[in-house]
Amino acid sequence: MVTVLSRNRAWEVAAAVPDPELPMLTLADLGVLAEVSEQDGAVTAWITPTYSGCPAVAEMAADVDARLRAAGYHEVAVRLRLDPPWSTDLISAEGRRKLAEAGIAPPTAGGAPPAAGGLLRLGPTRRVVACPQCGSQDTEELSRFGSTACKSLWRCRSCREPFDRIKEI
Amino acid sequence: MTDDHVYLSLSEAGAEPEGEARWAYGTGFTDPLLGVDTALPAGVDGEDLAAYCRMLGDDALVLAQRLIEWVTRAPELEEEVALANLGLDLLGQARHLLTRSGQADGSGRTEDDLAYLREDHEFRNVRLVELENGDFAECVARLLLFATARHALYLRLADHPDRVLAAIAARGVKELAYHREYAESWVLRLGDGTAHSHRRMQDALDALWPWLDELFTPHEVELRLGVDPSVLREPVLAALGAVVTEATLTVPEAQPRAYVNGRAGRHGVHTEALGPMLAELQVVARAHPGATW
Repeated sequence: MVTVLSRNRAWEVAAAVPDPELPMLTLADLGVLAEVSEQDGAVTAWITPTYSGCPAVAEMAADVDARLRAAGYHEVAVRLRLDPPWSTDLISAEGRRKLAEAGIAPPTAGGAPPAAGGLLRLGPTRRVVACPQCGSQDTEELSRFGSTACKSLWRCRSCREPFDRIKEI
Repeated sequence: MTDDHVYLSLSEAGAEPEGEARWAYGTGFTDPLLGVDTALPAGVDGEDLAAYCRMLGDDALVLAQRLIEWVTRAPELEEEVALANLGLDLLGQARHLLTRSGQADGSGRTEDDLAYLREDHEFRNVRLVELENGDFAECVARLLLFATARHALYLRLADHPDRVLAAIAARGVKELAYHREYAESWVLRLGDGTAHSHRRMQDALDALWPWLDELFTPHEVELRLGVDPSVLREPVLAALGAVVTEATLTVPEAQPRAYVNGRAGRHGVHTEALGPMLAELQVVARAHPGATW
């Protein structure tokens, strides 16, 4: 039978696993951990991949498995859940705070990827992004594509520091 | 086990999991559809679905390879990073689609079997994605054509009765939106740039436009599955035309590239560019059958 107490414990173990690329965030902060169920000591954890090609997904699955086994669960399965797709809106408030603290600008809540069908005009970036180092809003996007698929590369014109920003998806 | 860094914690003595999972970035890649419900929906033919997933997966795999070829060759570091990012997204989509293909036809072929152990005539990608890279204008022209068409297709496939294909498409829609925007920004910049960049951007569009039609020409499998790509022709051409015009360029009036006895990429009839590309893609896997690394 499923017990609420042990399900909560298994969830907490899996939820505390740090993200391989953003180790300041847990998988729960990131919204990647979709569900954890436990029945008669057997635990199944579902995680939702971020980007299609994110190479960290295999690492996340292996680490969730390892943490649950280390916590004393002997029968562990980690499965992927593709539907609904992961979105940056699933990053928790705590996760956004930790990102900013680590010098990575968090994604805008409710922000969307580029619009479908809208005609692009070249010009200065319109989005206002605060520098995670000094808080200045005088920042500019250097490249929409950064060190990983989930980040864009920005620069602060006040403190001159470059910084990463998680882009909305 | 420390929380400081996942990779360090995994390599700690005695840490689970044992064996290859410690080296997750380098070996023993897990099934990209691990634990996803693979049951076929009623009324969807497994062979047809598998063939269709191979078509879309091969498009993504082959274009990913062409994009990765830009690494160390792009005009600026930022563009190199961008093109590698785009390629990685497409590679991820290809992994999902090829894995779904091997499940749907019951063959159990893995993504690696399908990527590494098929001959060029067994690939089902459209010819547009296999053409040699050409210059940077051709790179962004091809990206614009492909990403605009694939974005429109994925929007429709997000409602597909096969929930796995639908989920792959729903994820891909948002990724393709970024790809299309990237391509669009460069077509605008080069087209509405100097006389020289304008001419080379126009040349690139002229060279690639004739290959576009293949993306809208239905294969019998697509017709049986009810995913006729010809419905995309008008909206995609309209979207492309708007970008081209905004970039002060001219929409090419070229005739579509000829088929060979009614056959082209979707039937396994390819240009001479595919074979050498696959040779490079497959050489290590073929030299060391069954090896993991």
